[in-house]
Amino acid sequence: MLTLLLVAILLIFAIQAIRARALITSALWLAGVSALSSVLFYSYGAHLVAVIELSVGAGLVTVLFVFAINIAGDDAIQAQSVPPWTLVTALVALFVLLLGWFVLGVPVVAPVSPVAEAPLSVILWQARGLDLMVQVVLIFSGVLGLLGLLAEAEAPLKGSMAAEVAARRDREMQTLDSQILQIEDVRK
Amino acid sequence: MTLSPFTIALIGVIGLLGIGFYGLMISRNLIKIVVALQIMVKGALLGLVAAGNANGQIGLGQSMALTVIVADTIVAVMGIALGVQIRRRLGSLDVRDLSSLRG
Repeated sequence: MLTLLLVAILLIFAIQAIRARALITSALWLAGVSALSSVLFYSYGAHLVAVIELSVGAGLVTVLFVFAINIAGDDAIQAQSVPPWTLVTALVALFVLLLGWFVLGVPVVAPVSPVAEAPLSVILWQARGLDLMVQVVLIFSGVLGLLGLLAEAEAPLKGSMAAEVAARRDREMQTLDSQILQIEDVRK
Repeated sequence: MTLSPFTIALIGVIGLLGIGFYGLMISRNLIKIVVALQIMVKGALLGLVAAGNANGQIGLGQSMALTVIVADTIVAVMGIALGVQIRRRLGSLDVRDLSSLRG
């Protein structure tokens, strides 16, 4: 019963994270989703994942979101979807129905005999050693990519590209206007 | 009718994936799109942990979930950094402003 209540609150938090207009509110609802999912992970026996999810998902990623929103600004873009609403609703309903039909129909394969599972450290370093190597490569590539993006950000920018294009168009229009005036003067 | 903990987790997985998918479809803000992706990944994580618990192999489920958490964090960091750069260059976070091709 408690698990069902937790899942219900988790889904409400997720809906609020999508519905929120302000980005900072959305990021805070997402932190709530991470915290609640870490409680769920703990209740399912995944203690290590629960701790990491709480520190990384609810801590680090939320701080990054708040940092980025402070830099980029909290633009209130009206919630109009690019595709039509009917298509979105139909696709999401189809997605959920197919997923429910597929996932809820799969029988749970219970272990034939209760086998003592190896400790997590043994599983991580021996059975899933390749996963750890992939994680190390991912972390390095992420750090390098982030450094590249932030190094580019240090270059002085004269303004947004859209403003530059608009200013160039204004200058061209003024030049054209002056040329037209000169031609009219010559004709007179 | 009593729901088993695994079934409850599967309902949560379906809900989170559906909500995240809906957010991906309707959002035009780049940072909101990253938020929707994060919600979908939370659903996948819950599925991995619940499957490990149901099969008596919670260690295996945890090791897979750890890999997903690392990949998800890298995706979030890169997405946020790209969003900040696009905001600086174009002055907007709207995905429709990203299209520079005309035709």
